[in-house]
Amino acid sequence: MLLRKVYMDYGAGMPLDPRVLETMKPYFFETFGNPSSSHSFGNRAKEALAASREKVAQLVAAEKPREIIFTSGGTESNNLALKGAAFRNQKKGNHIITTAIEHMSVINICKYLQKEGYDVTFVPVNKQGVVEIEKLKEAITEKTILISVMYANGEIGTIQPIQEIGNLAKENNLLFHVDAVAAAGKVPINVKEKNIDLLSLSSNDMYGPKGVGALYIKQGTKILPVIQGGGQENGIRSGTENIPGIVGMGKAAELAQTEMKSVGKRLTALRDKLIKGVLSKIAYSFLNGHPTQRLPGNANLRFSYIEGESLILGLDMYGIQVSSGSACTSKTLEPSHVLTAIGLPHEEAHGSLVFTMGKQNTEEDVNYILDVLPDVVKRLRALSPLTPKEILR
Amino acid sequence: MYSEKVMDHFMKPRNVGEIPDADGVGTVGNPVCGDLMTMYIKVKDDKLEDVKFKTFGCGAAIATSSMTTEMAKGKTIEEAMKITRADVAKNLGGLPPIKMHCSNLAADALHEAIKDYQKKQKEPKK
Repeated sequence: MLLRKVYMDYGAGMPLDPRVLETMKPYFFETFGNPSSSHSFGNRAKEALAASREKVAQLVAAEKPREIIFTSGGTESNNLALKGAAFRNQKKGNHIITTAIEHMSVINICKYLQKEGYDVTFVPVNKQGVVEIEKLKEAITEKTILISVMYANGEIGTIQPIQEIGNLAKENNLLFHVDAVAAAGKVPINVKEKNIDLLSLSSNDMYGPKGVGALYIKQGTKILPVIQGGGQENGIRSGTENIPGIVGMGKAAELAQTEMKSVGKRLTALRDKLIKGVLSKIAYSFLNGHPTQRLPGNANLRFSYIEGESLILGLDMYGIQVSSGSACTSKTLEPSHVLTAIGLPHEEAHGSLVFTMGKQNTEEDVNYILDVLPDVVKRLRALSPLTPKEILR
Repeated sequence: MYSEKVMDHFMKPRNVGEIPDADGVGTVGNPVCGDLMTMYIKVKDDKLEDVKFKTFGCGAAIATSSMTTEMAKGKTIEEAMKITRADVAKNLGGLPPIKMHCSNLAADALHEAIKDYQKKQKEPKK
């Protein structure tokens, strides 16, 4: 059997854009200097660092390039933002507000902070995965120092009302951190307009190299460093700069910015075609997340009576690679916390598939999935003791 | 992650279905946890003449169910009761450690079906 290969798991891992690799190449062998050195080799690295900082700043509409601090990735950026802000504002208060559907890095950092004596409120979301402003408002106390809400959820695709949350934070004189790892490069971000103080970014979620990220820190926002050392990155993040990686992230940010509109439009159309096709072709299939307020290219669908890992395996046999929120694909054997937070009972959460499309996906890919998926679902339903007889026929 | 044997049993599961006039039925697991298995057995002269299954669960759950039915078919009640999770996993060429509980479930479902048969045997015939 000649297999078509369809990769729709961009949320889990993205290929490097070849243009990014070309930009990075000289920084491995030719311009390998340390930006802290005073000689010309060091200067060239320093220039590259500055140029990348500027490009990343532009992607999120930061006022000044120096508001961008390079890190080792989204997880480190979240650690720096949350711990840095919490430790720095200890005297002001010890209460942090976040949501139940954050990335595991934010959730686990918050759990760590709880052990350190901080109070954390995990605000629930509605059935479509949207944080309700009223719930956030109610959670604010005299001790609150920080609100942390993700820009968009990588699993169910829901985009949060960041503007309203930013306004709320500003009115209450609270720091506002946004984990924008899943959203950056896909939807326009304007940190100034949205009153964002801290914003986490990751390079490999926008076709850049892995192991690089950034944290936007609004000028005047004071946080403590998490990594101490030689004082690089304005003393906020020590350690010799990963110049090839940072150059790659800069290029990735530049490309994302110029291509965002066209790529976004194309992937939104593909996403909607996939969602519409699946819902019309397969009975007892449902969309998880918000129908329109969602990331381009993200389709999270669930299928009653069957389990996600067997769906993944079934699709893999046809060359289709996707993810699932099922327990059986996780190390903990628990279903995704995001799916349970939007109110899905466990048995429904188990039957969810996450399709995350990227630049290389085409309409033919979507057509192929729409050809194959109904049969895979049908076969698994025929095996399942949960499937009502009348839908098998 | 899975052996060829597991994938073979996942793609082409043996003995799928229900036995309407089964002599014993066993169900284990819970859909809330992500797996539920039902085994049906038909017994003749103390031997498992037919074994069928239905499973909701991951690839390992489906493959272990299928393998268990294949191993049990034709065996005496006593032999079938001795099939362990380790036997099932071994015949499948091994399972990832996190999936070992699936093989447990399959063997348990078979044993439950046999116990159901034995219980029915003791009941006075109508």
